[in-house]
Amino acid sequence: MNEHSRKRVSDGVMMFGRSALALLVALLIGGVVISLGGYSFVEVYTAIFKGSLGTSRGMLLSLATATPLMFTGLGFAIGIKVGIVNTGLEGQLYMGGLTAALVGIYVDFLPGPTHAAVTMLAGAIGGGAVGLLMGWFRTRFGAPEVITGIMLNSIITYFTGYLVNGPLKPAEAASPQTAPILKSAELSRLASKSQLTTALIVCVILCILIYLLQRRTIWGFKMTAVGMNPLAAKVAGINGSQMYLAALVLSGAMAGLGGAALVQGVFKRFVDIISNGYGFQGIPVSALAAHNPLGVIFAAILFGVLKAGATMVNQSTTIPFEFVDMVQALVVVFVAAPSIILSPIQKIRSFIKKKDSGPAAAGQGGAA
Amino acid sequence: MSEITKRYPGTLALNKVDARLEEGEILSLLGENGAGKTTLMKILYGMEKPDAGEIFIHGEKVAFNNPNDAIARGICMVHQHFMLVPAFTVVENVIAGIEPRKGVFIDRRAAESKVAALVEKYRFNIDPHAKVESLSVGEQQRVEILKALYRDAKILILDEPSAVLTPYEVDELFITLRFLREQGTSIVIITHKLKETMNVADRVMVLRNGVLIHDDVKPADTNPQELSEMMVGRLIQLEARHPSPRIGGVKFSVKNLTVKDERGCEKVKDVSFDIREGEILGIAGIEGNGQCELIEALTGLTTPESGEVLLDGKPLCGTARDFIDRGVGHVPEDRTHMGLIAPMTIKCNMILGYQDCPDMSRHKLMRWKEIATYAETCREEFGVKTPTVEAPVSSLSGGNQQKVIIARVLSREHEALIVAHPTRGIDVGAQEYIHNELYKFRDKGKAMLLISADLDEVVKLSDRLLVIYEGRIVADCAPEEFSKVQLGLLMTGNSLESVKEVGA
Ligand SMILES: Nc1ncnc2c1ncn2[C@@H]1O[C@H](COP(=O)(O)OP(=O)(O)OP(=O)(O)O)[C@@H](O)[C@H]1O
Ligand SMILES: [Mg+2]
Repeated sequence: MNEHSRKRVSDGVMMFGRSALALLVALLIGGVVISLGGYSFVEVYTAIFKGSLGTSRGMLLSLATATPLMFTGLGFAIGIKVGIVNTGLEGQLYMGGLTAALVGIYVDFLPGPTHAAVTMLAGAIGGGAVGLLMGWFRTRFGAPEVITGIMLNSIITYFTGYLVNGPLKPAEAASPQTAPILKSAELSRLASKSQLTTALIVCVILCILIYLLQRRTIWGFKMTAVGMNPLAAKVAGINGSQMYLAALVLSGAMAGLGGAALVQGVFKRFVDIISNGYGFQGIPVSALAAHNPLGVIFAAILFGVLKAGATMVNQSTTIPFEFVDMVQALVVVFVAAPSIILSPIQKIRSFIKKKDSGPAAAGQGGAA
Repeated sequence: MSEITKRYPGTLALNKVDARLEEGEILSLLGENGAGKTTLMKILYGMEKPDAGEIFIHGEKVAFNNPNDAIARGICMVHQHFMLVPAFTVVENVIAGIEPRKGVFIDRRAAESKVAALVEKYRFNIDPHAKVESLSVGEQQRVEILKALYRDAKILILDEPSAVLTPYEVDELFITLRFLREQGTSIVIITHKLKETMNVADRVMVLRNGVLIHDDVKPADTNPQELSEMMVGRLIQLEARHPSPRIGGVKFSVKNLTVKDERGCEKVKDVSFDIREGEILGIAGIEGNGQCELIEALTGLTTPESGEVLLDGKPLCGTARDFIDRGVGHVPEDRTHMGLIAPMTIKCNMILGYQDCPDMSRHKLMRWKEIATYAETCREEFGVKTPTVEAPVSSLSGGNQQKVIIARVLSREHEALIVAHPTRGIDVGAQEYIHNELYKFRDKGKAMLLISADLDEVVKLSDRLLVIYEGRIVADCAPEEFSKVQLGLLMTGNSLESVKEVGA
């Protein structure tokens, strides 16, 4: 038993170490690219971290930026557990934002907090419905969710784009957007003059709940079984289709909540381009967290810090903002394929080992 | 190999093992489940690294970082689970990794002629252009061996090669092995079937708990009884049959069942039979004659084209869930793909399929504490060798993985069992135990369908025997009505009349 718990801890440490290493290498390569661009990467990195962690404004911005990432990261992690790669998070986020906005604008008889909660719920339902559609395609027609997700992303963003440019656009608005949501539907801020809202707290709670769902409940057990070996799960009488549907609905609902959080906390309305790829960035967040819902909390905050810092830097210098996207992409590559970093390290290690133990070992015939 | 030591968390898999292999000999490596046989061979093959110890080839010290290093020194291993690409042809599978080249292209002509020459030389009787997925298990194994020969193997390691073969295929395999030995190849064969050891080995080596306890037993000086004693340290009675004490009315019946496979081919054709209370019904047949599809239809994994299945007179249909809920237990034929979820813990695998039972979960919450206690009891009862049930099931040795499946099914109440290859890869000691558990189940007045590639086992366990050939039941007899030779003839499609003449 003792040995086992030690092993579980060491597994956890290894997982964490792998993520940390991936991040480190990604930042390092990012640094090289910055240097190639003719900037000093030490300066840029200091500026980034100073910008995001050095001031309370920066810290609040970091957490605010982390919020939608945390929602979509959690969404992706839910899917992966069942073996579903939900590429439709972006579309689900848009759909959730749209439904939330509609409820926020047109439902006018609810009192404050209830209205805000119902609006969020509407976002979850909007995103979840898209997930349900993907799940239906997958279980009924065998259409892979990776493909339908990407297709739906386009369809939904164009559809919402049409709505905010036409039917839903108020006459007086200059840019494509809907009318503002009612005050009662807005989420309360955690600090004045900040975009950080209660949505973050909701999301952290959801991360914890999903973690418990996966570990403690029978659904979690079944989802894990299906995700790891669908055939054996089928033999054990577990309905795989049900699990795929459930996971996609839940995953979509999380992305939808992310959209609602943007509508209710940041823009106070639905705007044409409400997300700059938050849906896709959920993938690196989840990957960095080793797809663990609790890890998602920290991974999202970390990316939030980087993004917020880069925004700050962007205001003073001319470092392109895309640099953060590159670091995120590199993290995915290194987490998904750790051998890219690990195998050179191992080679170097065994080379060093051979060098100093080689002649001695051969001489004495000792153990390697 | 000298003083090889390998430690896994909580287990000392090998403890200072000194092993040697002569040129041109067949060495049989025996030992209980979890004794360390596979681990030792994986070390020789470069798949695992020893914690201590050295390997010498012709007196020269070698160190392998991966199997490619070992292959370069002429060491090849045929794993228990074949590693072939089903959609590739035989030739493509054989040359994969070391394709002969002509510029940047694969020199197909050269590859084909070399493979064809090998097939000819070893009288393998397979079509080099056939797709691997269309081959029988025995033929696939020959492809694996062909792969080794193509790589000029001087040392060939076979991990439980006969577990999936029919007796006839085993004979063919052994002919090949003897032929290879004459060419100077050294062969290590891991097996739990002592008869085979007696039949083919020049020398026997016995491992127990990671320690080499015998390394120079000559099959000529011993007998299976003695060998099994060496392995497990006690006397094993394997041959005795225990016919059912009491056979009652019909419990489980199959009526005019027709099943198609995914491609729409009829694999089970109008099959009917009854299993009575307290009866083990055995099905003998060469793999691929409809057994898979029959089992799938009897466990709710596929819906039959026509016909019905009845349990206690009431129709059984629906999904695997419905079958399990009605009390039909299932020991699947393919433990790694159908029976177990490799990365999950032993504990989880012990209850897989029974997670909804009230002692496993309540109010939709898993009762992990109770499950751990339950799994611990199962582990002790069935002698699963592991330091803890919290370890992933993939860390178990092959035989111990099989024990997890058996424990899972036999520890719960069932009305009927559909059992495929219950003791595949299991050592003689545990085999005896499992057979007794199966008898106990039967003696409670329950019904059991047994399908096994091991003819000895079917004949021993069954109270009644069916022979299946190309999806049809061709004989329905008492287990001892026919000799093994006659059964073999029936299994290969000879008519009942002609077979009876052979006996007469
Ligand atoms: N990856 C692993 N992690 C932890 N323990 C392992 C691992 N692989 C093997 N073991 C342990 O090492 C021991 C020896 O295993 P091995 O597979 O060599 O047994 P074996 O003799 O081949 O048994 P079998 O006849 O059942 O195949 C077992 O107790 C097993 O649990
Ligand atoms: Mg083994």
